[in-house]
Amino acid sequence: MMEATYIKRKKDGRIHLKSGNRGDRVIGWTVISLAVLTVVAFLFFNYAGLELGSALKETAYNLKVMFLEPTLNHFSLEEALYQVGITLSLAFLATIIGAIVAFFLSLLAATNLAPVWVSRIVRIFVAIIRAVPTVLWVLIFAIAAGLGSEAAVLGMLFHSIAYLVKAFSEAFEEVDNGIFEALRSTGANWWHIVRSGVLPSTFTYLLSWVFLRFEINFGVAVAMGAAAGAGGIGFELFMASGFYFDLREVGFITYAILIIALLLEVISTRLKKRYFPTTSD
Amino acid sequence: MNEKAMRKHRWQSGIFLLIILVLTYLSSAITKFNFVEGMATIPEAIGWIFSNLMVTQESLDKLPKILEKLAETIFMSIAATTTAAIVSLFLGVFGSKTTKVNNFLSIFARFVASVSRNIPVVAWSLILLISFGQNSVTGFLALFAGTVGFLTRAFIESIDEASQSSVEALTATGATYFQVVSKAVIPQCLPQMVSWVLFMVETNIRNATLVGILTGTGIGYTFDMYYKLLNYNAVALVTLCIVITVIIVDLISNHVRKVIL
Repeated sequence: MMEATYIKRKKDGRIHLKSGNRGDRVIGWTVISLAVLTVVAFLFFNYAGLELGSALKETAYNLKVMFLEPTLNHFSLEEALYQVGITLSLAFLATIIGAIVAFFLSLLAATNLAPVWVSRIVRIFVAIIRAVPTVLWVLIFAIAAGLGSEAAVLGMLFHSIAYLVKAFSEAFEEVDNGIFEALRSTGANWWHIVRSGVLPSTFTYLLSWVFLRFEINFGVAVAMGAAAGAGGIGFELFMASGFYFDLREVGFITYAILIIALLLEVISTRLKKRYFPTTSD
Repeated sequence: MNEKAMRKHRWQSGIFLLIILVLTYLSSAITKFNFVEGMATIPEAIGWIFSNLMVTQESLDKLPKILEKLAETIFMSIAATTTAAIVSLFLGVFGSKTTKVNNFLSIFARFVASVSRNIPVVAWSLILLISFGQNSVTGFLALFAGTVGFLTRAFIESIDEASQSSVEALTATGATYFQVVSKAVIPQCLPQMVSWVLFMVETNIRNATLVGILTGTGIGYTFDMYYKLLNYNAVALVTLCIVITVIIVDLISNHVRKVIL
């Protein structure tokens, strides 16, 4: 006969239908506290000069003008393409340089390739870098290194490195330990192991992470153009909306950004399906 | 791998490397980026950061004001994320293959998510700034628009991954669509969804700085103001406050994630 399992009962003998575990409780508390904070936030907002009704109506009208009548008034189509090219180039440079730096840093961050204390130091360093928003890095570099593409690329570089170090080091840690043992038994040193063991088995994986970061960096580069004067299509967007108040031009630029972003997304979704079939991120 | 395949492999890597080099050269030419000069400025910049970006007593006097703006930013990000999560929940349920009502709604949900995600937050804030003016609502809506797109995609993926069997079991008992969604789909995906929401709160606090610079609200505006006044000590303090906030939020959400997943 099967031993009766312990069943939690209420005082009157009825069975508890929801036993509840720690996970469920934490989820409950998280949802409740987020809800409370949201309500507080709406009370706390600074509503200075806001007339919701007219603002909504105006936005609807603006969106209609932007998306249905996009034209270019202050520069030509070639100029627009050139500016998109600048934004793409900034993103590309930050991604490529970031990938190279991140590759070496992540060798030091992977626990199976570096001593524990080294990997811990690298990880803390990366966490601090990540905590400073990209726009602040760019602005700080703009004063320290002077305005120009250098400041933008260097500022964007920091977050690219932080992101890729995390991804790369996790990929390295998943390399089969047998490969290390086999190589070590042949007398291979650390660099040999990296070059002929780790790199070949993770290379395509690393490349798709680099591409995913490129997709993110395109959005970042647009943002840096608008907020930090880094040039490119983002800056034109800022000028069109903030100085010329030209809704049709804003619409055109938004379309241009949207098309590039959609293209990049399609490619990266394919890459994800091919190389990360199990994970969604 | 035979010799021929190896040679082909080497040939392919060579071409790939060449393409990367050409693209790098082209990008440097277009943006007038000087690699050597750029790298040379790093030590200089770090030196500058350590000599100028220091929190002083004088800048500490501004702390209450900064903290007030920081609180505004945090609340704005949380509010934007949770309201976006509610909208995304519906879009996610309609958009997912498992729980879609009909094809039209599914495609519509995916289309809305894709557009709102791929128009950068900057563009949203600049578009909204024109009619909403300089206040928290502009920043809130800009973050909201971007978050809806991202969370809808994440929710659709979580719902698609969740097991079909409980949905089938409930359908077999004659449960209505609403019952299937609320009793089978949502409880299964809830931990993942909460985890995505926490991730977005963290991302939005960082994005709120950017949005703040553009729309003149929150901590971003404070940073921009001191930056333009060349008051670098205050800039350092603002940056420090943001860093501490992001790290704390990161730690909390990592802890919660560890328990619930």
